[in-house]
Amino acid sequence: MKYAILGAGPAGVTAAETLRNVDPEASITLVGGEPEPPYSRMALPYFIYGKIDEGGTHLRQDPLHYNRENIRYLTGRCGGIDAQAKRLYMSGGEALEYDKLLIATGANPIMPPIPGAHLEGVETCWTLDDARNILKLAEKGSPVVLVGAGFIGSIILEALYLRGCDITVVELAPRMVARMMDETAGGMLGRWCEAKGVRVLTRTRVASIKQGAEGGPRLSVGLSSGINIPADLVVMAVGVRSNTGFLVGSGVKVNTGIAVDDYLQTTAPDIYAAGDCCEGVDLSTGKPDMLAIQPVAVEHGRIAALNMAGHKHRHRGSLNMNVLDTIGLISSSFGLWQGAQVGETGKLVDEGGYKYMKLEFEGDKLVGAQCVGMTDHVGMLRGLIQTGFRMGEWKDKLLAAPERLREAYISVAQGAPNAGPMAPHVNTPRAGLGHGGASGH
Amino acid sequence: MLKALVIDAGKCTGCKQCEMACSLENEGEFNVAKSRIRVFDFHTEARFVPYTCTQCAEAWCQQACPVNAITTDSMGVKIVHDNLCVGCKVCTIACPFGTVNYNASTGKVIKCDLCGGKPACSDACPTGAITFQDAEQGGFDKMKVWAAQSANAATHEGPNTPKASQASGSGH
Amino acid sequence: MGWTGKILRVNLTNGSVQSEPLNMEWAQQYLGQRGLASKYLVEEVDAKCDPLGPDNKMIFATGPLTGTCASTGGRYSVITKGPLTNAIACSNSGGYFGAELKFAGWDMIIVEGKSPKPVYLRVADDTVELLDASEIWGTSVWHTDEWIKSKHQDPMMHVATIGVAGENGVLYSAIVNDLHRAAGRSGVGTVMGSKNLKAVAVRGTKGVKVRDGKAFMKATNDGKKVLAENAVTGSGLPTFGTQVLMNAINEAGAMPTRNSREVQFEGAHDISAEAMATPRKSDGQKNLQTNQACFACTIACGRISKIDEKHFTVVNKPQYWHSSGGLEYEAAWALGSNTGVNDLEALTYVNFICNEQALDPISFGATVSAAMELYELGLLTKEQTGGIELTFGSAEALVKCVELTGKAEGFGKELGLGSARLCAKYGRPDLSMTVKGQEFPAYDARGIQGMGLTYATSNRGACHLRSYTVASEMLGIPEKTDPLVTDGKPALVIAFQDATAAVDSSGLCVFTTFAWTLNDIAPQVDAACEGNWTPEKMAEVGARIWNMERMFNHRAGFTAKDDQLPPRLMKEAAKTGPAAGLVSGVDKMLPEYYQLRGWTADGVPTNETLSRLAV
Repeated sequence: MKYAILGAGPAGVTAAETLRNVDPEASITLVGGEPEPPYSRMALPYFIYGKIDEGGTHLRQDPLHYNRENIRYLTGRCGGIDAQAKRLYMSGGEALEYDKLLIATGANPIMPPIPGAHLEGVETCWTLDDARNILKLAEKGSPVVLVGAGFIGSIILEALYLRGCDITVVELAPRMVARMMDETAGGMLGRWCEAKGVRVLTRTRVASIKQGAEGGPRLSVGLSSGINIPADLVVMAVGVRSNTGFLVGSGVKVNTGIAVDDYLQTTAPDIYAAGDCCEGVDLSTGKPDMLAIQPVAVEHGRIAALNMAGHKHRHRGSLNMNVLDTIGLISSSFGLWQGAQVGETGKLVDEGGYKYMKLEFEGDKLVGAQCVGMTDHVGMLRGLIQTGFRMGEWKDKLLAAPERLREAYISVAQGAPNAGPMAPHVNTPRAGLGHGGASGH
Repeated sequence: MLKALVIDAGKCTGCKQCEMACSLENEGEFNVAKSRIRVFDFHTEARFVPYTCTQCAEAWCQQACPVNAITTDSMGVKIVHDNLCVGCKVCTIACPFGTVNYNASTGKVIKCDLCGGKPACSDACPTGAITFQDAEQGGFDKMKVWAAQSANAATHEGPNTPKASQASGSGH
Repeated sequence: MGWTGKILRVNLTNGSVQSEPLNMEWAQQYLGQRGLASKYLVEEVDAKCDPLGPDNKMIFATGPLTGTCASTGGRYSVITKGPLTNAIACSNSGGYFGAELKFAGWDMIIVEGKSPKPVYLRVADDTVELLDASEIWGTSVWHTDEWIKSKHQDPMMHVATIGVAGENGVLYSAIVNDLHRAAGRSGVGTVMGSKNLKAVAVRGTKGVKVRDGKAFMKATNDGKKVLAENAVTGSGLPTFGTQVLMNAINEAGAMPTRNSREVQFEGAHDISAEAMATPRKSDGQKNLQTNQACFACTIACGRISKIDEKHFTVVNKPQYWHSSGGLEYEAAWALGSNTGVNDLEALTYVNFICNEQALDPISFGATVSAAMELYELGLLTKEQTGGIELTFGSAEALVKCVELTGKAEGFGKELGLGSARLCAKYGRPDLSMTVKGQEFPAYDARGIQGMGLTYATSNRGACHLRSYTVASEMLGIPEKTDPLVTDGKPALVIAFQDATAAVDSSGLCVFTTFAWTLNDIAPQVDAACEGNWTPEKMAEVGARIWNMERMFNHRAGFTAKDDQLPPRLMKEAAKTGPAAGLVSGVDKMLPEYYQLRGWTADGVPTNETLSRLAV
């Protein structure tokens, strides 16, 4: 069996390893789009502020890992796919035969059509190479304009802050992290940043970027409000779109992302998709959506690989969730954080203490949550939402006192032994006896 | 022989000796806020429940880690490698048991690693509420839960879930 | 090490908070908690000050072993000048609050002045703030605990708070932490209320370190082994709680009953540990749900009880149907034997209310008991009690009393004065079973002679926890003495007083001394702290503390006359039991006690004694 995997992010690497696990004899080729070892974009901010070196961003630390697993790793861009011939073409001309193909090409950052966006010093923060560029430009005290205060922008914000940059954040939406949390939480994050000396300009657009005045900072960023801000560096973090251009004419249907069925198979035979580039099912809505987060990429990668190897595994949906550290203020959101269509909400707000907790119920099940300033045992929120435990009497208690989440979790999880906390998750092959032999076969 | 922490909440008095032993072992000081095991106090129900990582086979934390900083050892224990952890906290939201916690003072996450095979918490427990036993014999309750869960999974997935093919670490 | 080396000073008058280093020289002389905080109080507060005025200070103090794995290492004390007694007050509590304060990085909090409006203090490591308490002023301990945790979205905070009793000036108001552990005696909660300080909420994420980790683990493990193998600490207390004493003390004829008119209570068995653990006839459930340990405690004597939902006290009050802190021996005695009430469920309810409103159940029960005697004598009328038929044995009357006292409503206002002031007001000061204004607890001075001297000389007013000679006289710990004789008791009391003062200064619980002597404790302290802590040094620290406390009281105006027991115990002989025919021999013991202490015949420490002990 010949497997090809396009994309060497978490989905691709996990898929390659899973395939090797279940099919020791197969030929597996993993294609990375950048001339780097497989690495994690999520680790880039930590590289930027010096917590780790480049090696620390690698998905697997052992350089011989792929050799040892007998996974052929090559880098290059895919130019197109002939689904009938089961062949893909690299942009360098090389052709690659496959029996089964996985597309895990992720997403690319959007560069908004702003005059001057091509100028030197305007960077995205998406690839390892981008990060290297930013390192050169973001010195201590450098004026930096960060365009976009979504989830990714906010992560970059912390890295720039810790490098000591003088930061102005420009965000079109009325608040920070508008697609991850509500007004209260976004407002808290904004005030927190301002208290740390970061300028946060919401409801603001970048109108143009020009060369800066002689002797001053390299660039001048013109805002919709009419003011101009000097900057040595402009970081664009306004969003990403799925990286699927090469699929034109391949028979693989692409909506916003690649359309897949419950087994992560695309509309083309023997072609599967996983991770940020595809529209897997959102557990909360039951509908296809792009959940561009690491745990979902890994989950997709594993399930797609199992299906490619002939072990049927239905993907029952992934839970949307995010965690963000904004200069020390940690926030998270899970599932239907905006609330169910018909549901009830329990919330606690401590504006002065930068603490917020909001729980969303549908019936007596927890379906979504947001937290600011709370980290201990926060994963219990995922456990409750994903498992769909019936909260029973704890629902009213949590509506009145959301901070009692941990007690509720332990009560409910221990009180209902026949609804294991793992219930909605797919069981995957695992090595050895595992624990107690109860490994889900 | 695989061994597991077995918790009998009915025997717990809420003294937190386990939390202190854990923090001393792992942090070199008495500091229950940084304990990997935690006793929850259900005051109105007259119940105390020690709670920590079950070293679950699914290894959600490990799967979620973007830099391979969590691995599974030959005993099935999920171990955080401090030198690799970047502190992104994704494992803390990914673990559905909530047993991986962020330690702001180090900027890394902490979880139970069974103290390398000799858990300080069970040694310190004065009432036998926490014991370290053969997983086969002692993990009965845990197995019950898993059995229910795998039955559940089987209904959804059909019977052809593949067996593992190799005995090394899970490699995911 | 052991100590964090930091004190938090909070001035309520001007709203300031500041950190200052712990005086390490004093720490070597007074160890911590009771001793060290008393030293600060003695140095900083005029002994003659109004205990409820802004010049009084109150100190929340941990010991060097608080927040360590030493068994019971979670204690804290509140030290102040007490309003019930006008003497130095030191009330000790368990639960988790003390350890949490230590984890937040503080050995002590010194509270000064008076806030212009109700506030609560929030301590989260180095973040310390005084916050508006107007929303919780006037509410119960239980509500306050919940409100603060919710407000700060942190159920892992630990809260020490007053209830309405402390706000309303009830003179024996407690400070309750963790819902049902209390710094109970002498009105320390009243002082807190007088300062407009509703609560202290702490959350700590810093560590406690010890001097020599290896030696510490060995010493504490050795200590835990001794506790586990001892019959009292290894089995009696965890199984029965302090209530293990109820039947034993009753049989010994040392159970003060109906305001000490009698020494045995016919209903003792109905309110004993055994009764708590036996299924009720009414609903087949046990009163006792489980035992609970305080922080780090390997004994776990705490009781968690649940009241019969059909019982008249709670029948329409589901808010009391859950489990909470149940009866300890002193409370069961004060609320039960002393009032003649043998209704276990009623006593549990009254105990819940004492926790919820933060009342000291010993002083409350003893005050009700005195009021019952006044009522039976016709000195208090039904009109004066607001219609309460205040007879001995009436559970209904007891319940009404507790519901009124914390709120200071109706006759509750009178009860809030405590027994000494109440009896004086109604013309019979002799009927108050108090020393220095504080009600004595559950051991009759006729049946256990050493306890008479204990009460008489206790620096915080009558108290069993200053020298628990019951251990020797009843249980044979460390060696058996005859409870009915006075010979040798002055020396015994002194040895217990000094050792206890040292234990109370360490962060450990005095209940460990059922099994431990200073020989077990000193190695644990020594491994945690610099300073070569031998058993001898511990005992000397204890003696130093005792004399320092005595001198504070002396300056406050106390004399040998205040070392007297109520006349009933000196004149009315025990009627039944082993002590039948006996009165307390405290008058015979006091001169010898003063002499052994190195005090004048008037009970004042001599200059020689003070300089020998470097007070």
